[in-house]
Amino acid sequence: MSTDNQIKLPTYVETPSIRRDSMSGDGPFKASVEIQNNLGFPGEKVENWQEVAITKMAETKSKYKSVQVFLDSCMKCGACTDKCHYFLGTADPKNMPVARQDLFRSVYRRHFTFAGKYFPRLVGAKDLDEEMLDDWYNYFHQCSQCRRCAVFCPSGIDTAEISMAAREVMNVIGVGQKYTNQILGKVKKIGNNLGMPEPALKDTLMDLEEEIKEDTGVDVKLPIDVKNSEILMVSPSADFFAEPHIDGLIGYAKVFHESGVSWTLSSYASEAANFGMFIGNYDVMRDGALRIRKAALDLNVKRVIIGECGHAWRVAYSFWNTLSGIGGGAEDEYAMRLQKQLDSQYPQPQHMIEFTYDLIQKNKLTFKKSNNDHRVVTFHDSCNVARGSNMGDIENGQFILPREVIKAACNNFIDMPKNTIKSSTFCCGGGAGLLTDDLIDLRIKGAKPRMHALRKSEQESGVNTLAAICAICKSQFSKVLPNYDFDPYMVVSVHQLVSDAIVLKKTSNHKD
Amino acid sequence: MSLISIFLIFLFYISSLIFISGLSYKIIQYWKTPAPLKIPIAPSALDKKGVLLRYFREIFLFASLFKANKWTWLFGWSFHLALVLLFFRHLVYFWPGEVPLILYKTEPFKYAAYPLIFGLLGLLGRRLFVDRVRYISAPSDYLMLLVFIFIASTGMIMTFANNHPNILMVKNFASGLITFKWSELPGEIIFLLHILPVFCIIAVFPISKLLHAPGIFFAPTFNQVDNARKKRHLSDWASKNEDNLKINLESKNLKDE
Repeated sequence: MSTDNQIKLPTYVETPSIRRDSMSGDGPFKASVEIQNNLGFPGEKVENWQEVAITKMAETKSKYKSVQVFLDSCMKCGACTDKCHYFLGTADPKNMPVARQDLFRSVYRRHFTFAGKYFPRLVGAKDLDEEMLDDWYNYFHQCSQCRRCAVFCPSGIDTAEISMAAREVMNVIGVGQKYTNQILGKVKKIGNNLGMPEPALKDTLMDLEEEIKEDTGVDVKLPIDVKNSEILMVSPSADFFAEPHIDGLIGYAKVFHESGVSWTLSSYASEAANFGMFIGNYDVMRDGALRIRKAALDLNVKRVIIGECGHAWRVAYSFWNTLSGIGGGAEDEYAMRLQKQLDSQYPQPQHMIEFTYDLIQKNKLTFKKSNNDHRVVTFHDSCNVARGSNMGDIENGQFILPREVIKAACNNFIDMPKNTIKSSTFCCGGGAGLLTDDLIDLRIKGAKPRMHALRKSEQESGVNTLAAICAICKSQFSKVLPNYDFDPYMVVSVHQLVSDAIVLKKTSNHKD
Repeated sequence: MSLISIFLIFLFYISSLIFISGLSYKIIQYWKTPAPLKIPIAPSALDKKGVLLRYFREIFLFASLFKANKWTWLFGWSFHLALVLLFFRHLVYFWPGEVPLILYKTEPFKYAAYPLIFGLLGLLGRRLFVDRVRYISAPSDYLMLLVFIFIASTGMIMTFANNHPNILMVKNFASGLITFKWSELPGEIIFLLHILPVFCIIAVFPISKLLHAPGIFFAPTFNQVDNARKKRHLSDWASKNEDNLKINLESKNLKDE
């Protein structure tokens, strides 16, 4: 198979020489009036947009310590310049994290700092003009907010915070991205990113139950909207229909079946993903989290567990307690009311990997590992899990637990090269609202560092399976793998590996 | 007193005033700006001790920079370490009256000038010759390095090339600034060239990228404990937001029953 758009991989990822404007352009499709209005943003670019934008910048930096501090504290050391997968894949200098920040920072300097007001040339301060706004739109949508650069920054500057702030400012002046904002509208209206209504969801789950029954002969249930269940499972909606995601969902169901703990999905909160984070809008992100809160209260569950979704886990783990009170240790009535209902013996919320890992530790799951012997598995650390969350409340738990779950289900596991995994993991190239066909060129190029690492592991260790715990990673890899001469079906959910190896007892342990 | 002495004394106080007020302003601004969300970056600290350890690694060893780029680390780290040593070395001059013995022991610190200039030239070289770093450099980035190189060179010429100014006059001038008992500058032009840019840098500190020094302590990515699940983190505006949106216990948004 050799097509024109296939990219030949070098033996190691070279840092390219910069190629100015190699990714210049109009950026992804812009959101329509309707999509924008639906989220409470102006439908079109407002007339006095510069003024509105500067006012919004002032507000954002007064509300977010990160933004204020990061805009000041870059010393231009260059440590981050070769860390971004989009820079490595495109060589466009504006994809170097510091240069990306500087698009925002130069405007900050011009309008908010002494040096920028009086000596703009000296310090590289710039006005917010049409050209700058175009660059903002284009290049802040070439950032997957993966935070790899932040791991290497001596000042702790996180480009994702700047990228989110910039997208927020753009939305407020009426310049939004179609893909992300359209999806947010669907969640608002229907409850999930796909806009999949309740009946369709229920049909899908019934089909899946039949499928599992056919495969295994066991009645594994996928309950939905069952009140007073122990666990509310919230997974990315891609798990309900997309390949290979759906096999992961089957995996969760089998693990729950074996655990004997009652669980349910929710048709109201049928989405773990929360694209509100991508546009840096606190209220939109909060609205998403509140849907889960309502479902947890309505269904009267004791635990909330999140499926395999990268940024969803960051939002759930790091932000939910703040946004909606799903967590522990609250001292205010609003959050305590929910937290009293939740079982404080367990961390709230928990990741599905934590749940499965816990059962493995307690020897409650039986595996026939040889079922996975045709696979040599490697694990792609999803960026939001790796750099913005934890699992198991132990140091580096977010790296240890998924690997232990894989190893419990597979005999052959091999890690990719060290500087491309764990906290240094490379983004799949499709995160933070970039998983859209109008950005396919960027997505292919951005995947290059990860593809290279995968090729190396394939050549050295015969790796033929790429396991991931993120819906976006799985979709992105399925799409771009063929461009690098890999089999698109080599991507699997971690819980698919679990599903393929788990030995089911004939009947459910459910007490009811 | 000569006009130039008066000028430098004035400059020192004005610069110091700008430094203290400007830096206090920035620190108070950083302090007061809320961090609404938990955003620690891996490897995150799970408790306060972990945060302290992280700062130890970052401040004293430049751990993240070491991971990022060994050359930049070598240049940057030797420059900063030398700067600290030379700061202590210079205290002898500013110390009013009898100088504690320990300060005399800092005599060998003068050799830190070599790693200082080595680091500075290295950083300048990177800015000039690495295309990525050249791209992100503004004129002020070069200027800052050149000023530091100039200060270091004039200092080295005085110390190592037998161009010592009148040491007693240096001491009287410098400590006089602290005790407000002003005295004449030593006559050597090289001394003037050495301290003039230093006094300027002091003023530039709070309005330049030198703010990375206080900034690092306020980076939520570094200073937050990764315990979001265990403890509810709520900033002032976020909790007010909850009231404003009327999302309270009675809201229909919650339990219907």
